[in-house]
Amino acid sequence: MAWTREQMAERAAKELRDGFYVNLGIGIPTLVSNYIPEGMSVQLQSENGMLGMGPFPFEGEEDPDLINAGKQTITELPTTSYFSSSDSFGMVRGGHINLSILGAMQVAENGDLANWMIPGKMVKGMGGAMDLVAGVKRVVVVMEHVAKGKDGSEAPKLLAECDLPLTGTHVVDMVITDLGVFTIDKKGNGGMTLVELAEGVTEDEIRAKTQGAFTTRLA
Amino acid sequence: MKKVRNDATEALAGLLKDGMTVMAGGFGLCGIPDELIDAIRESGVKDLTVISNNAGIDGVGLGKLLETRQVAKMISSYVGENKEFARQYLGGELAIEFNPQGTLAERIRAGGAGIPAFFTKTGVGTLIAEGKEVREFDGESYVMERGLFADLAIVHAWTGDTEGNLVYRKTARNFNPMMATAAKVTVAQVEHLVQPGEIDGDAIHTPGIFIKRMIHVAIREKRIEQRTTRKRGEPAIPPAAV
Repeated sequence: MAWTREQMAERAAKELRDGFYVNLGIGIPTLVSNYIPEGMSVQLQSENGMLGMGPFPFEGEEDPDLINAGKQTITELPTTSYFSSSDSFGMVRGGHINLSILGAMQVAENGDLANWMIPGKMVKGMGGAMDLVAGVKRVVVVMEHVAKGKDGSEAPKLLAECDLPLTGTHVVDMVITDLGVFTIDKKGNGGMTLVELAEGVTEDEIRAKTQGAFTTRLA
Repeated sequence: MKKVRNDATEALAGLLKDGMTVMAGGFGLCGIPDELIDAIRESGVKDLTVISNNAGIDGVGLGKLLETRQVAKMISSYVGENKEFARQYLGGELAIEFNPQGTLAERIRAGGAGIPAFFTKTGVGTLIAEGKEVREFDGESYVMERGLFADLAIVHAWTGDTEGNLVYRKTARNFNPMMATAAKVTVAQVEHLVQPGEIDGDAIHTPGIFIKRMIHVAIREKRIEQRTTRKRGEPAIPPAAV
């Protein structure tokens, strides 16, 4: 049984540490905030200019001046601070954010990441993704193991080399898919290592659905 | 010299010309100088290069200048929420230069601070770095990006005094403070206009030196792009960390 979106988010939450400042991307990464262990202090950064992001507001209490990077209405916490976009990306680029959890279209075995454009389709822009992967100390990708086409076809997303335009080179430390967890030696030559399997998933199944090379070292 | 003008049209009088470059503050629809955008639309000025993180949505904010074909080029980080934008772009009527959001913010900050170029690791090895100088510092590669300076910047603030000292509110700050510094002329719209001394000097975000003209805008309903809420008793998403 592959992991659900919630189980992937729960697994990603195990990468959080007390005192961390964390940036969460849109989609499954946002769900990670549901699994912050009780008693652990984690401050969420929103790259439009806020540290200490609170939950969605109660109905009727939405504030148009208080949104996250996905343009959703949110709330503040006693720990919240606000700042400009240049200060925000100073935090990001300067390596002050401990962890970035984000989605991806493709990841290569050397840690290259593609998640912002598909040639020939309308390009929406990279937003803050290139800055986050270049600047944040540790980058964890959460994504489906394969891309499912409308015709039911499956294309691998963990590749020897990305064929989509890159968001960053040698930037991904860990990939959590619905089938398992990989670590990547992004600055060295250690390549990609399969370290965990989702319950009921076999290494053979992962091999069949992974184009990039990896070694296996299950805990 | 009096900075406060009666309305947006008066505040922009003599500043607009075809082909000019305009910076517009805001993130999504949050903290956008909407009344000044409306006045630019009314003026009919065209062939604009607009530097703004986003391009508004259809019929709101910069989306209004797209409707009237006044924009020739956008310099932005993300333009996903605008159908008219996509239509004009795919039809070859509108040019776009994508910048990583942090690079865009820093280009504006640098431009306003008299820094013509800087090196960043953002975008190294990607399409963004093509044709740009890449240099190694301390064993890592960095790409050179240029500072940005516009003919006109329009910004939105929460409170301003008649000297042009500005205070922004919550995440409506975003790109406004840097843009205020990075143009030949900056015009601000403020929701609350007060007298000098009414804002604590320690609390000012943008010093008045950067603001040439300003207007007081009536408090009105601001648009929300993605209204997300929770019901009382529901678990917090995301939960209050700590």
